[in-house]
Amino acid sequence: MKKQTGQISVSTLLLVAVLSAGICFGVVALLTNIFERKQEARTTIMRVVEIDDNTTDPAVWGKNFPLQYDDYLKTADMVQTTYGGSEAIPNGHKEGDPRDIVSRSKLEMIPQLKQMWAGYGFSKDYREKRGHAYMLTDQLYTERQKVGQPGTCIHCHASTYGAMKELGDGDILAGFEKLNTMPYMEAKEHVTHPVACIDCHEPDTMALRITRPAFMEGIADYKATQGIEDYDVNRDATRQEMRSYVCGQCHVEYYFKGDKKRLTYPWTEGLTVDAAYEHFEKENFKDWTHAETGAPMLKAQHPEFELWSQGIHSRAGVSCADCHMAYKRVGAMKISDHHIRSPLLNVNTACGTCHKSDDQELIARTEIIQSRHQKLVKVALNSVIDLINDINAAKANGVSEEKIKEAQQWQRKATFYVDYVEAENSSGFHAGQEAARILGESIDYSRKGQNALR
Amino acid sequence: MKQITGLKQKTVLYLLIAVLIGGIVGIGTFTFGYAKGASYLKADSQSCANCHVMQGHFDAWVKSSHGKFASCNDCHAPHDSAVSAYYCKARNGFFHSLAFTTGDFEENLRITDYNRSVTEQACRKCHTDLVHQIDILAIGELNKNASERVESNACIRCHSTVGHDT
Repeated sequence: MKKQTGQISVSTLLLVAVLSAGICFGVVALLTNIFERKQEARTTIMRVVEIDDNTTDPAVWGKNFPLQYDDYLKTADMVQTTYGGSEAIPNGHKEGDPRDIVSRSKLEMIPQLKQMWAGYGFSKDYREKRGHAYMLTDQLYTERQKVGQPGTCIHCHASTYGAMKELGDGDILAGFEKLNTMPYMEAKEHVTHPVACIDCHEPDTMALRITRPAFMEGIADYKATQGIEDYDVNRDATRQEMRSYVCGQCHVEYYFKGDKKRLTYPWTEGLTVDAAYEHFEKENFKDWTHAETGAPMLKAQHPEFELWSQGIHSRAGVSCADCHMAYKRVGAMKISDHHIRSPLLNVNTACGTCHKSDDQELIARTEIIQSRHQKLVKVALNSVIDLINDINAAKANGVSEEKIKEAQQWQRKATFYVDYVEAENSSGFHAGQEAARILGESIDYSRKGQNALR
Repeated sequence: MKQITGLKQKTVLYLLIAVLIGGIVGIGTFTFGYAKGASYLKADSQSCANCHVMQGHFDAWVKSSHGKFASCNDCHAPHDSAVSAYYCKARNGFFHSLAFTTGDFEENLRITDYNRSVTEQACRKCHTDLVHQIDILAIGELNKNASERVESNACIRCHSTVGHDT
């Protein structure tokens, strides 16, 4: 029998203590994590402040809806995708422009645009897009301001619901008309925030609602073409339609009608590019006169809503919010992700609900559509430039007025068509075939214009 | 004198170690119970929805064509031996817990290749007679190893929603 004289050393003791402390630490951490997860499953909305129809500050709404508000603030993030996203490059020191960061100049990237828009503000400054957070600043410091811009622009470059109510003494339509007629610099004094909660949400129920008069009128015009009279969007739209319509309040082609600069969406004939062009012909409208050729020109601007409505996703009932504000889980709650951005920065959540392929494959599919589109855009732009040069030469060579007039009309149409998809922020993705058709027709119009000069 | 203190010291030390180990076992047991750990050793489908991430799948499964006939395990655990069944449960249990604890996972959830083949073989377990015919027609010969079957002939390539349409 051996006598046990074994002593446990202090270091062994320490080791056992440290080891068991570590294990206890880990197990308790796991325990609290499980506890937290169980709590998450019970999360509900906690209303800590009262919100009413005059609460314009999104930070106040954010107290009741912190998850949505946190995501909303992320629209300040600048992440680029191959053909879009939100961009950031250092800003050269320009006079009267305090921005450190701006997006790239599309005029530098696509030189044809300068000649296409000769004589118009867009030939001075035209940039890639950035997130919603920058809508006010980027509008304020664009070089185009030097040309002078109407207050109408505020309609979509700020949260204007409060301002319209205030100016119209509770009547947003009256307020809207007042804002339209002000110079931009005066109109901006009435707004403080970029697009905010109140612009899309009912403060009591959080239901979606339309606050922009131009959309109310435009969509009613469009519905009338479908045989639906007296369409009141806030009364008649379905919930799923609303998930696109709130975006369609701004992401559309528009123009300033008449002396009052009334913001108008050209939808009396329908939602297609052809319908818009037909509308402008009937109105005998022009945005500007081309500085080189003298043609009566149209400027198209970001018709995302219209192009999407011609595409396969729209056909399948997929709304803007389904991809750009895809549902995300926070704890056990599902919320709409208010970090509105390119779905390509959020592929699994945005596309994966319907498309079971892996992220890389989905990005590749998208970029195939977009790169094909970009090739075709280039062809269409070059065709327009050819036509412009031909008209210039024809004028110098004394070609008959009649022929020149006809060529100018083709220039107007060809430019509007190519601009329609170039200004549209999806590089053709929202409706790939429709975009290709529009570009094909644009090329055709340019060539027809050249033929007219023979 | 010395011996007594030695003994005392040892006793104290052993006591201390026992307390520490007992503490771990106690906290561990409570955590296991609190997390409904035992439920994972059984085959009740409800236990998969202990984690609310799976609630949507569970709800969809209840309403699906397979909701009355096949449990989660019937399609998501192997049937060839108890060893591979428990290996599958342990492997998925660990990775699911890890993902859910760290929050490091993507939604929409996508099935891994391993689990995809488990499910594919599960289809073939119940629907052998039917699949046998299809395989002969499609491949021209019977491949004994189900996991080596061509993807083009996989059941869940087309019937991906029969278990739960989410």
